[in-house]
Amino acid sequence: MQKPIATTRSASGIPTGRLAIWWLLASEIVIFGGLLACYLLFRLGHPEWADAAAVTNTAIGATNTFVLLTSSFTAVLAHQAAERGDGKKAARFLVFTIIGACLFLGIKSYEWWYEISHGYTITSNGFWSFYYTAAGLHAAHVIAGAIAMGFVAKDAAQGKELQRVELVGIYWHFVDVVWIFLFPLLYIAK
Amino acid sequence: MFERLAIQASSFAGDIDGLILLIAVLVGFWFIVAEGMFFWLIWRFRERPDQKSQYITGKEKHLKRWVTIPHALVLVCDVFIIIGAVRVWYDVKQHLPEPDTVIRVEGQQWAWVFQHPGPDNELDTGDDIWTTDDLYVEVDRTYHFRLSSRDVLHNFSVPAFRLKQDAVPGRTITGWFHATSTGTYDIQCAEICGIGHGVMAGRINIQDAETHASWMSENATTTAAQ
Amino acid sequence: MAQATTAPVQDTHGHDTHGHHDQGWFKKYFWSTDHKMIAKQYLWTSIFMAVVGGLMAYVFRMQLAFPGIEVPGFGLVSPGEYNALITNHGSIMIFWVAMPMLIAAWGNFLIPLMIGADDMVFPRINRLSFQIFLISAILILASLFVQGGGFGGAWTSYPPLSANPEYNLTGLGASIWLIAVALEFVAFLLGGINFIVTLMNSRAPGMKAYDIPVTVWMIVIASILFMLSVGPLIAGAIMLLFDQTLNTGFYDPARGGDPILWQHLFWFFGHPEVYVVLLPAIGFVIDIIATFARKKLFGYKIMVYTAVATAVLSFFVWAHHQFIAGIDPRMANVFTVTTLLISVPIAELLFVIIATLYGGSIKFTTPMLWALSFVATFLIGGVTGIFLGASGSDIYLHDTYFVLAHFHYTFFPIAIIGGFAAFTYWFPKMFGTMLDETLGKIHFWGTVIPFQFIFIPLFALGLGGQHRRIYNFQNFPELASMQPLRVTATLALIVMILFQLVFFWNLFRSLRSKEKAPMNPWKANTLEWTTPSPPPHGNWPPDQMPKVYRGPYEYSVPDRDTDYWPQNEPS
Repeated sequence: MQKPIATTRSASGIPTGRLAIWWLLASEIVIFGGLLACYLLFRLGHPEWADAAAVTNTAIGATNTFVLLTSSFTAVLAHQAAERGDGKKAARFLVFTIIGACLFLGIKSYEWWYEISHGYTITSNGFWSFYYTAAGLHAAHVIAGAIAMGFVAKDAAQGKELQRVELVGIYWHFVDVVWIFLFPLLYIAK
Repeated sequence: MFERLAIQASSFAGDIDGLILLIAVLVGFWFIVAEGMFFWLIWRFRERPDQKSQYITGKEKHLKRWVTIPHALVLVCDVFIIIGAVRVWYDVKQHLPEPDTVIRVEGQQWAWVFQHPGPDNELDTGDDIWTTDDLYVEVDRTYHFRLSSRDVLHNFSVPAFRLKQDAVPGRTITGWFHATSTGTYDIQCAEICGIGHGVMAGRINIQDAETHASWMSENATTTAAQ
Repeated sequence: MAQATTAPVQDTHGHDTHGHHDQGWFKKYFWSTDHKMIAKQYLWTSIFMAVVGGLMAYVFRMQLAFPGIEVPGFGLVSPGEYNALITNHGSIMIFWVAMPMLIAAWGNFLIPLMIGADDMVFPRINRLSFQIFLISAILILASLFVQGGGFGGAWTSYPPLSANPEYNLTGLGASIWLIAVALEFVAFLLGGINFIVTLMNSRAPGMKAYDIPVTVWMIVIASILFMLSVGPLIAGAIMLLFDQTLNTGFYDPARGGDPILWQHLFWFFGHPEVYVVLLPAIGFVIDIIATFARKKLFGYKIMVYTAVATAVLSFFVWAHHQFIAGIDPRMANVFTVTTLLISVPIAELLFVIIATLYGGSIKFTTPMLWALSFVATFLIGGVTGIFLGASGSDIYLHDTYFVLAHFHYTFFPIAIIGGFAAFTYWFPKMFGTMLDETLGKIHFWGTVIPFQFIFIPLFALGLGGQHRRIYNFQNFPELASMQPLRVTATLALIVMILFQLVFFWNLFRSLRSKEKAPMNPWKANTLEWTTPSPPPHGNWPPDQMPKVYRGPYEYSVPDRDTDYWPQNEPS
């Protein structure tokens, strides 16, 4: 489909796609912000949740943090390549990012399998309810981001729509930032 | 039906009604001014062959005054209303006077359960009186009610008292009232609580001291908790 | 003086630019990415939902007026069905009528046209938004027919009632209701991004910020307000859904949860939401008044600033819905102050609108009648809100019919009066024919007069202590005597519903009429009137996209021979 003339205009000086991604992030920030604010209020009101919080595996959490940060780095490299017009390289780095996402999800699956098989389910208590809900919502965004990245990589490899590499990267950094909040809240604060 | 507003059966009903009246006067004034101006303008400036429309930018000081002055006056009226509201709110909800008697009120799907302290005027003793849907209180006595719910949200509302408070499961919320006239009045549940929300009608029976005392002695034989 | 507009051209894009030359039925109607077609999809869907919501009102008002008697066309109304009817009436009217009609339908139709663009910036996401919305509409209707019946916990869906199927007895309906609402939110988030970015970037050359029509400002401010307020509720809805389906205890006090948390999350969105729907309606009213009073707006910038101020303040008032909910009583004082203060910018906005009438030359066309009655009616809604925002009086009035009458005196002007104002004003542009003025006026009076007779009795009932969401007031001795008021309200509603047939007849006749509407029947200034009625795909030929030379409200400029001056006409 040919883009409308509307999409090519830029009265604000900022490219249309970038504006859209930032507004999307604004809405996501309020969603995650709301959820995390609820968690904080609950946690402060329930000191006894510390027992449950003690169970979460900080080492695994830290590993996943490292994985996500690395994947954000490869997303930056992808953007750099796209800026230089090198679609093939950009696609390759995006694929690395997707691999990072899959690694993250794999590690999380193991982590959850371990916890659930030891009796820590979403209904175990309030802490675990938030733990699975918040991390689950985040994981859903990781999956969505990885899928979007797949489509962008496919186009980029053919030299098409290179501006989307930056956009999907911005989204990916956001997913990373959410995790940067989750990690201390769910793993470090014991 | 406006005689309902005349049924003020509690000590603070008059204060709440007074606030409503204050708001009605202030707000009513502005309402009449605004609507009046509105209708006058659409009549005065209706399309007529001899009248052309004017080019008004809104910067004209003599015209802007017509907006900025009312705007400021509205703010002043708001301040009066705020003061009135905070006063009434403090008296009814924040500052609880010392109680003569404490009762318990529990909402459930779909009834009200009342625990009266009985002749010894102490809750949770052997002579407590439990009733369902009918509350018995003495006139000219200050009561605290400890309100909670067994299941979902309910709301203990006595329109004749102008009293209303949500009943929240897991919490006990304390309120107060002081009945000023005898009679029997409606208790409504004021928070939707399921299909029986409309049949949770209760009755508050305000009795004079003698009647209330004899009611208590007649019913105080109930010993088992509910 | 000739306008420098385009000559009506059938196919403005040539054969290969957009590949839409030969659109099959499917692509043109069902799979379209054209903002005008998507607008119509939203419009028809929301009109259909309005009929559903209105008929629900008919049923429950019949039960209230004639309790225990079979309602013609429905049968006996059980307490459970009553709760489902009022719950879904409210939900449908707000989420599937007011929002899609005012924001999605008119926003989609008008924004590109009014800013001189050929479409939204993301046409395919636009199409996706409607599809998600349509699924949400189907879901909410389906929820009425599942086992257990439609959700009956009120549109506010407070837990524990809404969280536990054993309490509400409509477990499946409750979850489907919640998912439908969540999907509607997603549709409007996506749509909002489209609107905001389109306004920010795709304005015609020469259109500066203060050349943007107020309608567009209002819809975009509303979209931003929606986006920033709905997030916590989406989080809360996920938690509620998990309570309902996975037996978590987010809102269960027995397991450390808090039912009042939901209330905060809901109303943190719920209060801004009323301004989300108010602002677009006021935008239409403002533009229509300017056109038919032939007047520059009294304070264009004030209107935009007060709208923004109201939107910002709306984040700080939410707990006035919870004064007696069990929140800390000291907090009530804070919220009563903020709530009463928010009346100040809105009052100013209304004063400035009324001031615009001064010095005008007012034509009482059907759209103008609707726009003017918005002002007169919304004033009542606005002032009655003060009684509820003052914490002390809210003790008595909370959950009574006074609240109901207040919010119908605001929502009805917003959704119905504002909706008809927009519809009758832009109908010629959208459909290419004119609506009949006489039928329009009959419909107008037949709507606004009965409306007063429905809701003024309800103010009285509320002052008399009658509470909401109760299916039969004969159970309450003190209230039984007020039955004549209830009957009056119901009969007035039936009269109003019958007059809507006049509207549908008018619509039907006009759609089948062969008489073409002119390009600019109202002699208005904004850009949508510079393209044929209806506009072709792409709105203007690509090489003749409009340029803007002035603001939208240069009416009755002295020393000109016409009393209007279109934005795209060179000086």
